[in-house]
Amino acid sequence: MESLGVLLAARIDPYLEAELDRRFKLFRFWESPPAQRREFLRENAEAIRAVVGSPARGADAEMIDLLPRLEIVANFGVGLDKVDLRRCRERGVRVVYTPDVVTDDTADLAIGLAIAAMRRICDSDRYLRDGSWKDKGDYKLTSKFSGKTVGILGLGRIGQAVAKRAEGFGCPICYCSRSEKRHTNYKYYPSVLELAANCQVLVVACPLTEETRHIINREVIDALGPKGVLVNIGRGPHVDECELVSALLDGQLGAAGLDVFEHEPHAPEQLFGLDNVVLVPHIGTDTLETSKAMADLILENLEAHVSNRPLLTPVF
Amino acid sequence: MASSSVPQGRPETERPQVLLLSPPSAELDEVLSARFELLKSWESPLPLDRFLATHAADVRALLVINLFTVDGALLDALPTLRFVCTTSAGVNHIDLAECARRGIAVANAGTVFSQEVAEYAVGLLIDVLRRVSACDRYVRRGLWPRGGDYPLGSKLGGKRVGIVGLGSIGSEVAKRLQAFGCPISYFSRSRKPQFPYTYFPSVADLAAQSDVLVVACALTHETHHIINKDVMAALGKEGIIINVGRGALVDEAELVKRLMRGEIGGAGLDVFEHEPAVPEELFGVDNVVLSPHVAMQAFESSSDLSRLTAANLEAFFSDRPLLTPVPLPA
Repeated sequence: MESLGVLLAARIDPYLEAELDRRFKLFRFWESPPAQRREFLRENAEAIRAVVGSPARGADAEMIDLLPRLEIVANFGVGLDKVDLRRCRERGVRVVYTPDVVTDDTADLAIGLAIAAMRRICDSDRYLRDGSWKDKGDYKLTSKFSGKTVGILGLGRIGQAVAKRAEGFGCPICYCSRSEKRHTNYKYYPSVLELAANCQVLVVACPLTEETRHIINREVIDALGPKGVLVNIGRGPHVDECELVSALLDGQLGAAGLDVFEHEPHAPEQLFGLDNVVLVPHIGTDTLETSKAMADLILENLEAHVSNRPLLTPVF
Repeated sequence: MASSSVPQGRPETERPQVLLLSPPSAELDEVLSARFELLKSWESPLPLDRFLATHAADVRALLVINLFTVDGALLDALPTLRFVCTTSAGVNHIDLAECARRGIAVANAGTVFSQEVAEYAVGLLIDVLRRVSACDRYVRRGLWPRGGDYPLGSKLGGKRVGIVGLGSIGSEVAKRLQAFGCPISYFSRSRKPQFPYTYFPSVADLAAQSDVLVVACALTHETHHIINKDVMAALGKEGIIINVGRGALVDEAELVKRLMRGEIGGAGLDVFEHEPAVPEELFGVDNVVLSPHVAMQAFESSSDLSRLTAANLEAFFSDRPLLTPVPLPA
């Protein structure tokens, strides 16, 4: 049986790469220079029947169109915004992803970012390391996270996991979601603007779609206000980044903890001098344990596909 | 004498005197000045002993700010003192035995800071495991676009957390970490059956069954260096230590050695043995998170603290029970 030709769209994870290489016929997309990538795809189109993508690079319409033998797209992550789902559906291409295994790490990071931003953990570490504690005396007072109202945008698996953790800190929970989740006791707001006006810490945990692009706009940021905190563990384009930067520079927003940005790997340099932001390079699921779990899930899905067994975690 | 309401202001002649040896926050100053006459040693040109002899000969209450040491020598200079009130939860800077001997009552900040210290401990733990501060530095140095590799973090859920000292702070830490899926165990002077966590009779036993130790106990003669070489060895190479208690609870030199040699997984430290001095070998290390004794420094608690301090002083001067008395040695 012909070995499954797998195109790895980005350098996601060494273990995943090694296993794909061992079990299948691996094509590494980044090995060809950008100008020659269409050619690379054409040359290998006969062999490539699977694409493994990530938030860095997924399977867009152009790539899908250049791969006539494509049968399956495997997304390393639960966010599907880099996969052209419509094109996959049109072509009958299966799509699998990695839900559930990513939930805990992403929710943990959301809380970690909220505390780090409000309590200035990173900045006070810097204050200590650069000798200021000795030279300038005590660090300033910061803002407590416990007991603050947490508003969650998107109450899916990750949103609910964030809520459960925040409750341990005595935080009242409210949320905005496409539909009300009646099995929870949390207060529902039908719009993100009302949510922002009624919470102190807003966590973005919804999928990125056409409707949710720039859902956190200036109006929402202003509603959150000078004591408000924005935590983004969703996607950079959820937030109007220019407005966010300007609000933070002007003190119109209290603090922000950001794992994602509109133009990764570029984070806005204007924020680099601020003490009330925490900036991390899309590490929501970057733990040894979870990366392996995600990789294994991708591999099992691909194995199931080649053996004609049911896919474990299909999108469709 | 049922009323617990506090008069808003008293005529100057009636205000009881409270001695302060280091400056309070503006808020605390304002709240207390309305009800008490504050004797401020630092505002006088006299050396402390002359100031005390001249101006504090009859003072009955001392308010300790910023962990000022209260020892036998100081108490000798304050023969009429009957009450020491500290704005901290910890009392290791106060010689409790000397206070007991002289019939001096002591009050502390009770549980005013417990939630924010507990949340800070959790924040430090997430930071160490997920490399939040290290990654924040990485981004601010402009390294992300260059695509340099950085190590993966470690998942919090499922990590066995051992809490050293299941008091007010320790129990708030436990409550929070349970929600992250961490099994909780503890060591404490006595078992606490009201909590569903596993008790260990020694810190070394606790460490042997833990991936993370959170140190949240009081510093006393018995607990000095309670986190010692044996405990660190029992915790193991992947172990994490979070200290929000006092620096001297941990053998700092031993911890630094292990961190430099990769014999321990990492540490989140808010307190140090000789603050504000911090072992500089740690400054270049990415698997420690260091903070300048700020776990209790949140805005929201400062008004709680002012109210509590005023209430304790009022209680003392009215012969009523203190709100947050510190038990003294027999």
